[in-house]
Amino acid sequence: MNHTPPVSTATAPAPAPRKPAEAHPVPGTGPTGRQRAAELLQRQGVLVVLLTVVIAASFIYPSFASLDNARGITIQASFLAVVALGMTMVIITGGIDLSVGSVFALGGVLAAWASQYGFLAALLLPLAVCGAIGLLNGLLIARGNMAPFIVTLATLLGARGVLLAFTDEGATTYLVPKDSAFGDLGQGAVWGFGHPILIALVLFGAGGLVLQRTSFGQTLFAVGGSSDAATLMGLPVARTKILVYTLSGLLAGLAGALNAARLSSGVTIVGVGMELDAISAVVIGGTLLIGGAGSISGTLWGVLLLAVIQNLINQIGSLNSSYQSVVSGGFLIVVVVAQRYLARSRRST
Amino acid sequence: MAPPEAVPQAPERVAHAAPAVLEARSVSKRFPGVVALDDVSFSLRAGETHALVGENGAGKSTLIKVLTGVYRPDGGELRLAGAPVGFARPSEAQQSGISTIYQEVNLVPLMSVARNIFLGREPRNRFGLIDFPRMHRETSGLLDGFGVRVDPRRPLHTLGIGTQQMVALARAVSVDAQVVIMDEPTSSLEPREVETLFRVIEELRGQGIAVLYVSHRMDELYRICDRVTVLRDGRHIHTGDLAGLDRMQLVSMMLGRDVAEVRRAGVTNFAAEGHEAARTPVLTATGLNSRLQLHDISLSLYGGEVLGLGGLLGSGRSETAKALSGALPLDSGELTVDGTPLKRLTPAAAIRAGISLLPEDRKAEGIVPGLSVRENIVLAAMPRLSRAGVVSRARQDRIVDIFMKRLRIKASSPEQKVGELSGGNQQKVLLARWLCLEPKVLLLDEPTRGIDVGAKAEVQSLIDDLAREGLAVLLISSDIEELIEGADRIVVLRGGAVAGELAGEDVAEDRLLEVLADHAPAPGDKAPAAEEDHR
Repeated sequence: MNHTPPVSTATAPAPAPRKPAEAHPVPGTGPTGRQRAAELLQRQGVLVVLLTVVIAASFIYPSFASLDNARGITIQASFLAVVALGMTMVIITGGIDLSVGSVFALGGVLAAWASQYGFLAALLLPLAVCGAIGLLNGLLIARGNMAPFIVTLATLLGARGVLLAFTDEGATTYLVPKDSAFGDLGQGAVWGFGHPILIALVLFGAGGLVLQRTSFGQTLFAVGGSSDAATLMGLPVARTKILVYTLSGLLAGLAGALNAARLSSGVTIVGVGMELDAISAVVIGGTLLIGGAGSISGTLWGVLLLAVIQNLINQIGSLNSSYQSVVSGGFLIVVVVAQRYLARSRRST
Repeated sequence: MAPPEAVPQAPERVAHAAPAVLEARSVSKRFPGVVALDDVSFSLRAGETHALVGENGAGKSTLIKVLTGVYRPDGGELRLAGAPVGFARPSEAQQSGISTIYQEVNLVPLMSVARNIFLGREPRNRFGLIDFPRMHRETSGLLDGFGVRVDPRRPLHTLGIGTQQMVALARAVSVDAQVVIMDEPTSSLEPREVETLFRVIEELRGQGIAVLYVSHRMDELYRICDRVTVLRDGRHIHTGDLAGLDRMQLVSMMLGRDVAEVRRAGVTNFAAEGHEAARTPVLTATGLNSRLQLHDISLSLYGGEVLGLGGLLGSGRSETAKALSGALPLDSGELTVDGTPLKRLTPAAAIRAGISLLPEDRKAEGIVPGLSVRENIVLAAMPRLSRAGVVSRARQDRIVDIFMKRLRIKASSPEQKVGELSGGNQQKVLLARWLCLEPKVLLLDEPTRGIDVGAKAEVQSLIDDLAREGLAVLLISSDIEELIEGADRIVVLRGGAVAGELAGEDVAEDRLLEVLADHAPAPGDKAPAAEEDHR
């Protein structure tokens, strides 16, 4: 999305440079080739990496390239993808949402418990509760002027606590009734691709439209790019922040519900550290952690890249699966370093 | 300044019977320890261009912020077209038809030109989604009217400051405004762009839109404004027609002094006579080049003189100071201190050679608020005061004591945290930090900005004293009086290049304004002009 058509770099011939030896390009003649390459890399660099890894892996491990494996990878990635979608929007505003992992787990348990009352209850209860947690985050951050890091750290702990209380310290596991419509939401599939994958794709499509083609999306960028300017321009900064954290809570709750539907039970120990995976995926996807720039598509590739790495490590077999975090961490560092470098080469016109 | 034929010299000023569109009645605003606005009344008529003048700290910015909903007044009321209004936030003021251009561009740098102009009111297509083709088309059309040709998809930060200001202007007038407030709109504009701005103001006047125009530049005020309001120390001093008001009288109202006194004594605390400069330069800079920022800057600084560095915002003043202190990466150029060229240009090398820079933004680049006065002062001198890494406390105390007395730093003790001191005293602490390195060259970037009048006078006389003692001082100031009266010589920059030098009798306000306003063609101003010429 947001393709920038190439801009002609031809300078109008009229203003002959008055100073003879012009060592550097005349300023402001549009992005240079190098700049445009840098911009493209920042936008879609992760896609290049993802494709390279996938193609290389397909040659090295024939079992990797199977349709079954693709189904497995994407279903694994779909839950994190939905959480990371909300995270992308939050990070674009210059914020952070650490609570999503706990909210994800809480949403799953609530959905499993409510599934005994039917499909709608199983879907709406987690959305209502998790949306409320997100709303609380947003209110404290936007109206209370508190740091997003602290507020969402508090709700991370709080949501996990509510979850433990609700399940008697995790001793009770609520099960989703067999053959229920809700169970089918997680386990059903179209051409072997599970429903959660399709739901995640639809959400990403909608998210991309919201981000690029609505006022709300534009305001997210403006708030992250310069909060003061956004205020002075009369944009609804506080409302936008409240909305974006609510959205993040809702998406995390939905992802949790889908996960519960897939597992047929509300597992209490899921989602620990998931917020960090989501942040990694967003940053790997090219969204600036300081806000103001980013894309939904990048996040999708980032999530897939993390899932592919995990899958590959499982394929290798001999490698301890703990090394997945090491590799993901390595990628994160590479991306952040690359972002710095790219940002610099874009700025130095 | 020969105006193009498009700009009429406002032959028929607005009829006085025009109704007040925006009115402030007995507005007061207090901040902890300061009364920023004290019972200020003021009205703006439809179709007039109204100048708002006053010295720094007179309350202009506060009044603007009250009018635009950034601040809520503590007392008094606002009336819009006769009806009382209260703005809780800027968006409410904007919805009521008050739009504002701020001195420092307040747009989002990473977003495109078109998005910046249409943020919050994007055109939609029939699906309710943003219609980008239309947005880009309208942006191009809008900017064409301002003589700005730029790809609407370009990120704002890739444009020059002047162009960014024009984008802000386009945004402000493209909403249905009844009132447009401009806070120092020309401070970063090229003369060509200033003409465009004036043309736009004439158009606004024709449409019956009121313009509140804040500027320090007298020429501009007399050219385009109908009436003027003077504020001083938060109080309303005068409102009246500008035509027929003597310039000196206007200045004396701003300063609160007699016309005769202004003529005689000047407005700053610098001694009237100049300094005795040494014969050979202490610091010579030759051909400093830094892509886009500096173009072939050469200057010499002599011991015992104050060299002023003049120029408008974005002309490269601070960048030059940074380059001289080794803090700006250069593409080419050479610095010579006392005849010895510096091999590597780094801040550490410059400090060793005796060059010290007092940066513009003391909060971000200077003081460490959590450390004490003593710790802040000896910070840079640490290597000299220590032996094998061990710092002698006795020597520290001695030095700190000397400088606190000499600079009259008002602190409860050397152990008080610098963050608790006033702006003026923080500035003196910073000066002390560099002075205890015994520098040969002192580069001062806006040393009196944001400090109160008393401290300002003290810092000014201190600069005087330092030069008299033989130090070479480079003074950057946006305060024209400070520059004229403080400097022995002024090098004027424009577009990152030297536009002229004033010495002796020529160090005067009109001469400086002439060079600033590009009366004489100067080299090196092509960079910003070429900015928008791509297609």
